[in-house]
Amino acid sequence: MNKYIELIDFSKTPTVDQVGVEERVARLNSRSIKKESKVYALKMALNMIDLTTLEGKDTEGKLKQLCYKAAHLHDAYPGLPSVAAVCVYPTMVKTAKEALKGTNIKVASVSTAFPAGQAPREVKILDTKYAVENGADEIDMVISRGEFLKGNYNFVFDEICAIKEVCGNARLKVIFETGELSTLDNVRRASDIAMYAGADFIKTSTGKISPAATPTVTVVMLEAIRDFYYATGKMVGMKPAGGISTAKAAIQNLVMVRETLGEAWLTNEWFRFGASSLANDLLMQIMKEATGVYQSKDYFSID
Amino acid sequence: MTKKENPKLQFNTSWEYAPAPESTDHIRLKEKYDLFIDGKFVKPAKGKYFATINPATEQVLAMVAEADTSDVDKAVKAARKAYENVWKKMPPRERGKYIYRIARMIQERAREFAVIETMDGGKPIRESRDVDVPLAANHFFYYAGWADKLEYAFPNRNPQPIGVAGQIIPWNFPLLMAAWKIAPALAAGNTVVLKPAETTPLTALKLAEIIQESGLPDGVVNIITGAGATGAAIVNHPGVDKIAFTGSTAVGKIIINAVAGTNKKTTMELGGKAANIIFEDAPIDQAVEGVINGIFFNQGHVCCAGSRLFIQENIADKVIQKLKDRLETLIIGDPLDKNTDIGAINSKEQLATINKYIKIGINEGAEIYQSSCNLPKKGFWCKPTLFINVAQSSRIVQEEIFGPVLTIQTFRTIEEVIEKANNIPYGLSAGVWTDKGSKIFNLTTKLRAGVVWANTYNKFDPVSPFGGYKESGYGREGGIHGLMPYLNL
Repeated sequence: MNKYIELIDFSKTPTVDQVGVEERVARLNSRSIKKESKVYALKMALNMIDLTTLEGKDTEGKLKQLCYKAAHLHDAYPGLPSVAAVCVYPTMVKTAKEALKGTNIKVASVSTAFPAGQAPREVKILDTKYAVENGADEIDMVISRGEFLKGNYNFVFDEICAIKEVCGNARLKVIFETGELSTLDNVRRASDIAMYAGADFIKTSTGKISPAATPTVTVVMLEAIRDFYYATGKMVGMKPAGGISTAKAAIQNLVMVRETLGEAWLTNEWFRFGASSLANDLLMQIMKEATGVYQSKDYFSID
Repeated sequence: MTKKENPKLQFNTSWEYAPAPESTDHIRLKEKYDLFIDGKFVKPAKGKYFATINPATEQVLAMVAEADTSDVDKAVKAARKAYENVWKKMPPRERGKYIYRIARMIQERAREFAVIETMDGGKPIRESRDVDVPLAANHFFYYAGWADKLEYAFPNRNPQPIGVAGQIIPWNFPLLMAAWKIAPALAAGNTVVLKPAETTPLTALKLAEIIQESGLPDGVVNIITGAGATGAAIVNHPGVDKIAFTGSTAVGKIIINAVAGTNKKTTMELGGKAANIIFEDAPIDQAVEGVINGIFFNQGHVCCAGSRLFIQENIADKVIQKLKDRLETLIIGDPLDKNTDIGAINSKEQLATINKYIKIGINEGAEIYQSSCNLPKKGFWCKPTLFINVAQSSRIVQEEIFGPVLTIQTFRTIEEVIEKANNIPYGLSAGVWTDKGSKIFNLTTKLRAGVVWANTYNKFDPVSPFGGYKESGYGREGGIHGLMPYLNL
């Protein structure tokens, strides 16, 4: 086996065939998930959610309620897991951290001038430092799409390294905003850059741009994670975010993970959903499996 | 960065898929099927029947009549009478209407056809539902359109039907092959005597029921069942004007010998041993998926299966690692389960053939890799198999196995791979995986194969002709080309 340090040339990152990926997605989506297998998947998905609120009009009160919901998804039905994390802006980290005291739910903070990332590097570093100092367990950074699309891959690589450095013990998720990258080849290249620069997670989107976490994009990123693992033995997590609002879509995502990366990634340590409305649809399906009938939306709290 | 040795993915997950079997409640099979001759189901002259079984369970599905020489004679005479008195004289537009009707009736009963195809042949329901049945209906639709436009298909000619076509089809795609044979023959104005394979006659007999319901004039399509002797009787019958055969090269040669010196025209769609070539610049994950579909589709019972994989040497380790991991995620088992990727081997005989070749491969010193899956106790099953480090002269590389067995070779230069890909008695299909368009066009002109797929595999459409070079046969099916063998031009 090759023992030396391999320098990566990102211009030689593998190409992606869009038609082939679409066929693969169609094939994976045709898996029929039923009965106990479905309930297992629904609960697993609940436990992988980064419950998110990223609004300019967020208030502390609203966030506290969200945090309560994160730990108590539907107390009427005992035995449900909690979500994985609550995802907020840096200014809200402190409040979230306090509200979640005593739970093992993580606080994730977006940073680096989220969502557009149109700020100089010093500002991005300060933004990240602020979130980490306030207690964020995870940092969701955005890449500079402009530099990436210009072909300035080294800039993006260095940017991720710089943020990773100030993250300390916080795990770093790198958001590509795939809706702005335009091709799957670009998604694949961005994935490679981020992983080699030290990302703990790669993440599709901010949720502010459409399309966001499409199945094709997710499959391409999962395959990139697989290649990185083959090459280095290092696991990197995956977070599709934006646009996944139904239990069906969530289960389809889990099928992709199961058949691309396998058992080790089927935990919230390595796979997350960035979503706000997904939790209630999952709960609705879990209650349907438990009681045999659908309950109306009014039976599930909105936070 | 330090490198961990051989990182391995684990696909045995605590999250298992629950069984999702397609229901068989709505399937109505008769206990006994007679011969469909002259618009009626009639008993065989000798009164002999044989069993057709479900290869996944070894249970008998139905008894099927065995046609002897006198039954064949009856069928050919019925076809001749229908040809002379009705079908030849019918305005082409009217002929087209009947073919359209058959197409629509197949669509209406698609689920029933899919389930029966899976029960009788062992192929996964995913394939019979998504590929076999819709494609069969599409072939009827496509050729129905040509029925009244033959002079436009062949301008400045005078296209005339040939007469009675004897058609013998294999067990790997029973309904689809019946559609490939019957639809162009009828559109061109011929009448038909068709014999499905003895292990998979049920969908052809269901098609006979549809044809009866459709009101197609009696004798235009006759469907008779039986084994090799029945096929020989069709081939040797002097009243048959054309033989269309899909099956093994060995049987094809016997047929060609038998009709030599007669006026019978023939088309032969025989075996294959396709090269699937991956270049270093290929979209690797999609290529791996294409290779998997190319060889494991229908358990590898596909004449155009991509059974010889050529990988450019600098990406070979990576591709082989990915193939091995992908093998672990293929679900083998109950063909009726909607999640099944690989179903049952079609028959005990075919399983014996495949196992014989696996033994030969091991004896030849090739490195074998098989999926770690468990196989069901009952029925005929074979694990998806890779053979690494094979030689061009290995028998498993040179001979058609017709099962889920892939041989893997590496190459350095493009000249080398072209030479090796063509160095085989067959020439039915090939696959090329590269990001570079010019490389694709270079190879499509140099690979001696009837079909060359680029960055995809096993794509079929009624509009596109299909057929082979060398020992893969001659004549084309599908498209305008598919009409030619059924016409005097």
